[in-house]
Amino acid sequence: MVTNVFIHAMLAILLPPLLIGVIARTKALCAGRSGAPLLQPYYDIARLWNKGSVFSSTTTWVFRAGPLVSLAVVLTAALLIPFGAPQAPFSFRGDMLLFLYLFALARFFTIIAALDTGSSFEGMGSAREATFACLAEPALLFSFLALAKLSGSFSLTGMLAHRSVVNLINDGAPLLMLLGGLYVIILAENCRIPFDDPNTHLELTMIHEVMVLDHSGPLFGIILYGAAVKLFVLGALLIHIAFPISSGYQVLDWGVFVCSQLLLAITIGLTESLMARLRLVKIPYLLAVATILTAFGLLLVLR
Amino acid sequence: MTQIADQILVFVLLLNFVVLGSSRLAVSVRIVAIQGIALGLLPAILHHFSVHLSFISFGMVAVKGFIIPLLLTRAVNRLTSKRESDPFVGHIPTLVVGGICTALSFAFAGRLPLAPEHQGLMIVPAAISTLLAGLLVIVTRRKAVSQVIGYLLLENGIFIFGQLLTTAMPFMVEAGVLLDLLVGIFVMGIIIGHIRAEFSSVDTSRLTTLRDV
Repeated sequence: MVTNVFIHAMLAILLPPLLIGVIARTKALCAGRSGAPLLQPYYDIARLWNKGSVFSSTTTWVFRAGPLVSLAVVLTAALLIPFGAPQAPFSFRGDMLLFLYLFALARFFTIIAALDTGSSFEGMGSAREATFACLAEPALLFSFLALAKLSGSFSLTGMLAHRSVVNLINDGAPLLMLLGGLYVIILAENCRIPFDDPNTHLELTMIHEVMVLDHSGPLFGIILYGAAVKLFVLGALLIHIAFPISSGYQVLDWGVFVCSQLLLAITIGLTESLMARLRLVKIPYLLAVATILTAFGLLLVLR
Repeated sequence: MTQIADQILVFVLLLNFVVLGSSRLAVSVRIVAIQGIALGLLPAILHHFSVHLSFISFGMVAVKGFIIPLLLTRAVNRLTSKRESDPFVGHIPTLVVGGICTALSFAFAGRLPLAPEHQGLMIVPAAISTLLAGLLVIVTRRKAVSQVIGYLLLENGIFIFGQLLTTAMPFMVEAGVLLDLLVGIFVMGIIIGHIRAEFSSVDTSRLTTLRDV
């Protein structure tokens, strides 16, 4: 139990930037480039943490608190969700709602930190972020409700506890729908390509990149790291729905978990390589589709 | 066996949403064709083998999966604009309304006094929601081709409902329904041709303005 919690914490802290590296490498290979080393995100974050910061005179403590709170919050969310072990370090009845609103809190702090700079440009990014987040949240909530109904438990640990294969034949269709919806949500929440291109700096297309333009040095490093952790945590949720089979051997389970995280990163990289960024007006459309998918999954579970 | 049938019906319901949400006519035609093929498998899965059932299955797949979509694809290829560019109700509201209709049809089917062997099946809710999706498409779209697609969806819903009665329903009735459908599509094709010849577009909303010729 103690070793499980230790491994859990170590993975949540150390592994996330690797996923970003894997995504970048996958995209590079698809484009026929050799790409940056897999550990490049770690080097980037370390470089940023060794720099100094520049703060605009219009900013207050909120600007500095934003990234810190976001990181603390996603790390807390990482403790609520089980990884390789059947048990999460913390679980209680109803922690799925806490999980949901922790993400909302992180988003809120990112948004007010961006607004704190007083630049209209970052205000625009905040408006977009808030809008799309509104549309993404119901999908997450619907999928949690469906999982709660399937498993009869209101905590993430109970919800994602490994189901037997017999149940899969019964509940396969709703689970597939949840998977589709959640995959779209992961891409949206982590500003991946169909929604937002993390590499561009074009005013018209930016959603998330706009909001962190004024952050520099260690704070910017924390933002990058926090984004990676967010991808890791949401990915864990998706993985538990996609591979609801447990071997019973602890070591093997952890190995399967890490491998499936890397597989998810490769999938995201492929998605990014194969798709173009959507026009901004089309984004709500895709999010509405994701919400309808998850709602339909919930409906099938409820019958 | 009913579980596999349920999964097929879930797939059919998802295809309804695709039709409600897509603006490309060619895609909608293809989706309806896939739906027809999936529904053609349904009688074979639900009931025990009999000659008349295999005829129904075969006829369904042939007519709805191949013949009608081919006709419609030809009609779409002759159009100048292959998109439903400006429907009366936008695609996202239509999708949302379709979702609500599906939820309501599940609720409604739960309250119907069905025979005990049909109680847990997806057949009735799937039938009602496919019907409603077809109606939605007919009501909210402008182009005649889209309305034909809506009519096909509606007919698919009726076919799903018919699955409850297939063993009791004589073959002639089923064949009659399929023939009716084919005739309906032909008539619509002729009408579409006439509308295009008259107005050089297939926008049915222009038919509401009457005038002397």
